[in-house]
This record gives sequence, C-alpha cells and structure tokens, in this order.
Amino acid sequence: MKYLSILLTGLLFSFAIPGSGFAQNNTAPTVSDNPVLEKKVLELANELRCLVCQNQTIAESNADLAVDLKNQVRQQLSEGRSKQEILKYMTERYGDFVLYKPPFNASTLMLWVGPFLLMLLGLILLVRQIKQRKQELSQETFSAEDIERARQLLDRKLGNQ
Amino acid sequence: MRRYLLPFAIFLVLLIFLGIGLQLKPREVPSPFIGKPAPMFNLPVLGKEQTSFSPDQMKGQVWVLNVWASWCAACRDEHPLLVDFAKTQSTPLIGLDYKDKPEAAQAWLKQFGDPYQLSVSDIKGQVGIDYGVYGVPETFVIDRSGVIRLKHIGPLTKDAIEKKIIPLISSLQS
Repeated sequence: MKYLSILLTGLLFSFAIPGSGFAQNNTAPTVSDNPVLEKKVLELANELRCLVCQNQTIAESNADLAVDLKNQVRQQLSEGRSKQEILKYMTERYGDFVLYKPPFNASTLMLWVGPFLLMLLGLILLVRQIKQRKQELSQETFSAEDIERARQLLDRKLGNQ
Repeated sequence: MRRYLLPFAIFLVLLIFLGIGLQLKPREVPSPFIGKPAPMFNLPVLGKEQTSFSPDQMKGQVWVLNVWASWCAACRDEHPLLVDFAKTQSTPLIGLDYKDKPEAAQAWLKQFGDPYQLSVSDIKGQVGIDYGVYGVPETFVIDRSGVIRLKHIGPLTKDAIEKKIIPLISSLQS
C-alpha cells in the first residue's frame, strides 16, 4: 500500500512538472531583466485582482488575462507612469473590484465599518446583561433555610474532594 | 416558548441574508462603463484585413458589440442565439474577435454561421482590456451617441435577449 502511494505520488509529480512547464511556456510573461522594475511590477500585481479567478491577485494567477494585465503594468511602469496612474487605468476598465484592497467609499462603508459596529453592539449588549444580572442578584433575598441548604451543598462538594 | 422566539428571529434573518447571498452573481462585476462613452479603437476587419472599423462609424445608431473567440466554448453555446438575433432584429451586430487567430475565427464562423455585420480582430487583446473584458463572451449595447448602456458578461441567454437587450434597444431607438 505504501509503495503504491509513493508510486502514485511520483506519477503525479512526473505529470505535474512538465505540465506546468508547458503552461508556463504558453503564457510566459516577458520578464524584463531590470530587477528594480520587476519588483515594482510584482508590488502592483499584488494589489490587483484577477477577474477571471476572483480570489487571486494577478501576481498569483497564470490566467491569460492576468498575464496580459501584468504585461500592461510592466509596460506602463517602464514608460514612467506612476502607481496611481496605473491603478486608475485599471479601475477605469474593471471597476473598484479590480483593487484587491477595496477603497473606502459609500458602497464599501459597511464592509469597513460593519465589523466594528457589530463588535460595539456586542459589547453594549454584554455590559447591559452584566449590569442587569448584578442588579437582579443584589435584589435577591434569601431565607435562612436557603442559606443553610447552600452551605450544606458547598460543604458536601468540598468534602468529596 | 418565548425564549425560542429571539433565536428563531435571528435564524430567520440569517436565512434571508444567506438566501440573498445565493442569488448574487459574484462573477458579474458591475461595469464602470455603463453611461460612459465606448472606448475608441481602430482594428482590421476580419476577412477584409485591408479595411478597418472604428466605433465612430456607428455614430447615430444603436448597435451591439459582442466579444467572442473561436477558442471560447461558451461562445459556441451563445452563437445560435446571435444568429437568431441577426435574423429577426435590424440592430447592427458587430463582433470583436478577442485574442484569436484570424484563420481559426473565420473557419469557426463558416462552421457555425456568421451573424455579424462585421467582426474585428483584436489579436493582442488590447481593445479587450480597454473594454474591461474578462470573461468572453461579453456583450455591450451602445446608443446613438456612442455611450455604453448595457454590458452582459458571459453567454447571452434567450431570457437576457428578450427581457433585457431587445427592450433596451427599442427604448433607445424611440
């Protein structure tokens, strides 16, 4: 059984490696040999969403469009455009959704503020509950009989240990 | 009994929210182009490469731009509807052949029928980027003054054509 699984894993890898190599060949981004530029490209690519595979950035994705957009970023950076200009270029075409970090505006207000509002609400409810409970306890009166019973129960518990 | 009322109410609210969540289509990103002028381009016409087409030529009429490609499987599903649309509607239908080989595209049209008044070849996909295309097929309805009025992402359906596109076109034409 063990050998079989090793064999299977081996098989999987032997397929995976040339497979991915092929995909890379197909969509190989034209990486420039300027490391400073590449670093900037990667930085921007990490802030842009791949719209085909929505939970990835274009830096992570090998989808055709992601490669195209990376090339677009690279080209515009090498032409001396600023980060803001490129982000604007992308949002003009794909909307705010293309930004991996959503901007703070009217439509995303609840997204940013919502969790804090919920936390505040929870805190208010908690404090109210605690206060109410305290008040209820302080108003509670116990007869001598109750107290005696409680003491007996407590003593028995201690005795057991 | 009353102590169950609040959790039950919360459960109901949650259920409604989850229900709404299921109806959403996260793949359909709202387009920033609605109400904006259609981006300009000038591309060679598929099959007649010496001539070119620009959206400027459509000024004064309502038209439909359909992004397609021969490698796109969903385009094949949509295609009969477009053929039907071209037969029954007089609205010009222009194709944008996105990141495709012109020979493959022409063979595809020959096989499945050509509903387009003309198609343009966007071999590098630059015009696709300018139109914010991310899921071929996509369809745009553009009005007389060249403003994009509707963007449909993914294959058109009979429902979408009959309930969205055709009513919009006739309201734009009147």
